[in-house]
Amino acid sequence: MRVALFVTCVNDLMFPATGRAVVRVLERLGHTVEFPAAQGCCGQMHANSGYRAEALPLVRNFVETFAGYEAVVAPSGSCVAMVREAYPRLAAGDPDLAAAVNEVVPRVHELSELLVDVLGVTDVGASFPHRVTYHPTCHGLRTLRLGDRPLRLLRAVRGLDLVDLPGAEECCGFGGTFAVKNADVSSAMLADKCAAIRDTGAAYVAAADNSCLAHIGGGLSRQARLGSGAPVRAVHYAEILAGPEVHP
Amino acid sequence: MTRADEARGSAREEILARIRAARPTTSVAVPRRYRTAPAVAGAADADLLDLLVDRLVDYRATVRRCAPVDLAEALAGLLGAVPTVVVPAGAPEHWLSAYPGRIRRDGDPVPLTVADLDEPGLAVVTGCAVAVAQTGTLVLDGGPEQGRRLLSLVPDHHLCVVRADQVVAGVPEGLARLADPTRPITMISGPSATSDIELNRVEGVHGPRRLDVLLVG
Amino acid sequence: MSGGAPGGTGAQRRRGDRRGHGNIVAPLPFPAAARRELGNPQLRANLRRATHTIRDRRARVVGETPDWAHLRAAGAAIKDDVLARLPELLEQFEAAATAAGATVHWARDAAEARALVTDLVRGTGSAEVVKVKSMATQEIGLNEALAEAGITVVETDLAELIVQLADDTPSHILVPAIHYNRRQIREIFADRMPGVDLDALTDEPAALAEAARRYLRDRFLNARVAISGANFAVAETGTLVVVESEGNGRMCLTLPETLISVVGVEKLLPTFRDLEVFLQLLPRSATGERMNPYTSMWTGVTPGDGPRALHVVLLDNGRTDTLADPVGRQALRCIRCSACLNVCPVYERVGGHAYGSVYPGPIGAILSPQLTGLDAGANRSLPYASTLCGACFDVCPVRIDIPQVLVHLRQRDVDARRGQPSPERMAMRALSWVMRDRRRYAAALRAARRGAAPLRLLTAGGEVRRLPWPLSAWTSSRDAPLPAARTFRDWWAERTAHGGREDGRDQG
Repeated sequence: MRVALFVTCVNDLMFPATGRAVVRVLERLGHTVEFPAAQGCCGQMHANSGYRAEALPLVRNFVETFAGYEAVVAPSGSCVAMVREAYPRLAAGDPDLAAAVNEVVPRVHELSELLVDVLGVTDVGASFPHRVTYHPTCHGLRTLRLGDRPLRLLRAVRGLDLVDLPGAEECCGFGGTFAVKNADVSSAMLADKCAAIRDTGAAYVAAADNSCLAHIGGGLSRQARLGSGAPVRAVHYAEILAGPEVHP
Repeated sequence: MTRADEARGSAREEILARIRAARPTTSVAVPRRYRTAPAVAGAADADLLDLLVDRLVDYRATVRRCAPVDLAEALAGLLGAVPTVVVPAGAPEHWLSAYPGRIRRDGDPVPLTVADLDEPGLAVVTGCAVAVAQTGTLVLDGGPEQGRRLLSLVPDHHLCVVRADQVVAGVPEGLARLADPTRPITMISGPSATSDIELNRVEGVHGPRRLDVLLVG
Repeated sequence: MSGGAPGGTGAQRRRGDRRGHGNIVAPLPFPAAARRELGNPQLRANLRRATHTIRDRRARVVGETPDWAHLRAAGAAIKDDVLARLPELLEQFEAAATAAGATVHWARDAAEARALVTDLVRGTGSAEVVKVKSMATQEIGLNEALAEAGITVVETDLAELIVQLADDTPSHILVPAIHYNRRQIREIFADRMPGVDLDALTDEPAALAEAARRYLRDRFLNARVAISGANFAVAETGTLVVVESEGNGRMCLTLPETLISVVGVEKLLPTFRDLEVFLQLLPRSATGERMNPYTSMWTGVTPGDGPRALHVVLLDNGRTDTLADPVGRQALRCIRCSACLNVCPVYERVGGHAYGSVYPGPIGAILSPQLTGLDAGANRSLPYASTLCGACFDVCPVRIDIPQVLVHLRQRDVDARRGQPSPERMAMRALSWVMRDRRRYAAALRAARRGAAPLRLLTAGGEVRRLPWPLSAWTSSRDAPLPAARTFRDWWAERTAHGGREDGRDQG
């Protein structure tokens, strides 16, 4: 299958390894990845902060860039949720844009949706011999309803010891501009999330969203530096799935 | 018309006008796909009665069951050493035929006062209009066997007689059974309780702290 | 909380101002109020314990209800139907209630409602009223107005009584004293409850409930006037409904001679049958019970049973403004169950006082600013008091899409301030301009990467410990990642230039 990669702006600049991991996983499974270079930001931060007018050109750019692809994949639950939930609302006043949005939205998938639902794969042939806990980010959990798709993919990874995260469904406190506008509340939520993660004894915390992971990972690294507990590394689950190929 | 009356009249007109200008114009169809009958069609009556008992016990009500011919004996057994029992004006005479204590009937000859009902050690015996099994709810609607609302409120001990044919599965059937929704209605699910301290349910505040249910049939 | 002082009569009020006011205006911006509350570790421990208890109970009784999704859909649709037919239904309610012996009054705003109720109480000659917990009367600041008129108000709900004795304000819609634990409640009763039996007063919930029972008993039995709200008002029959637990509601609704019920106009239901939906949704969502201990329904007055006079005050106070917003009006479906507060991670950390309104938590963040307008006090800060995590929408029994309304209100706020200079808007505009064009975007990425290069040399693990304002708020509690040495698109371009497909195991 030809799959267009929407890498997302945060991953492009800050976490390119996640984008590379998606390419690696899909190519390993025999699919062709394309990277339409006209892509930019989905507009989530603008729209969620109330800047509808500023988000609209980004919506237009997205639907123009990804029109005509059979499948679009993004390694970000919140960006896919933005496209799926908010684009139809943002485009509501513009019939042409609304039509373009309706056309492209059903073909945009979060990575685990593409792998499990579209490609029918749970074992991507990876190995990752570490203890891992999984934080199901809010958009993945409650907007996309990813359910156990990422967990099924992780359970199939050789050597991976997946441990439950108590209170997993609770928000980590990131929330985009919330982390800055309501920094004290955000930090309080982060502290509880980090404590829950550390208590699992995992070496890695995985998630489907690098924005939340930057927040969680930043908290874990700060706390480890200040002496509270062993360092736990935050990693996008795509990078685990791209781990060394297993040759049975 | 006083000035205050005029202000109030114009408040009514102004609010209604503002709502007319603001409200949505599309009409709404209400989907009613929720349960309105027992979850299992033709569920045995016995199951329904068991469910009601289970729910009532969960609320810490005391429940006894008896055959219709044993009602008076069973009621007297539940009342035990209670010295005085109050009954609504229309309660059947035979309910308390085996009870040895003092019986005060509301309205015989005059309505009981709040002070009468606040006597220590008093119990009240009423019937109900319908009982809802799924939620363990007794519905009183002021019918002859139930009487005025304060009868089942002021005494600290309420004993409710429920006939098997008054038990329905869910809330929709329960409300549909009520003859006249404009009568004063009280739905009772267990003894008085509160969740106000650390959000845990604790039995016993202002309403009757003891609720007994006699399920007949 | 502001706005508690009673206003003048209807005729003295400012004309043309129909926004809601009363105890629904945040005096402090949410971040500042939240910081104050976060400094209280006891509060956080109490809230955590209470909200987790009720979450689990709710989940259990909702889980055993197989038709929950259908009940929610019906509840939402019934409320939407009410909003679409509100004038007709209000007139129908008024006619039915009046025919049954009630007197119906209308109040445009809090001041008018306070004046109306105060006059009605004065008319009875009674100097004391007993009250059933009611959000509408909290909203309009009724207790403050009655106190100013020399009328003693006795709150009879246990949590309201705790708050009243503590001279505090409510912090939760359903359990206004949720911020106190049993030990603190015992202290409040010991210090402030007249005539309390100190020997019997332990911090066991049963002992605390017993103390409240003894304290209030005589007041109930001798009360001549009661004030209530209503959970529902049935247009078809003119019936009012109060859902409660303790029996204090039944006492107030049954024993006094006069009953005054203050009811928001959105509390209507078209038919008596519609209660079959809400009496299943509300108790499970509110206290996590299959059914609350007591539900009372009354229609006008009934000779020989209950009050001889019933007054119903129908309240607008900003509801019509809220109704005018096609996205925001779904907030008027709210049945005040508090499920959204109990699951909210923000509410759990800061409690209700941080919201500065009697409506706290997620529903408060969309209701208070709509009732008052965004420019009242610090209410414009409330729609930002959320991570948009969506837990509130999941549990809402009438399917209010709270995250959608939060974002919508942020849009209204941004649009209302388009004329004013704002660094945030400039940044958003610039980002949008850059990101919609591939050349500008690629250039910006290169610049960001280059700008970060010296930083990378200075930080051991590639993580930043302190950023300049406004991002210093981020690095106050977490390290920040640096832009990667090579962006994804640069990697992709090089890979394509070298013949495309390869194993991707290169370094960033």
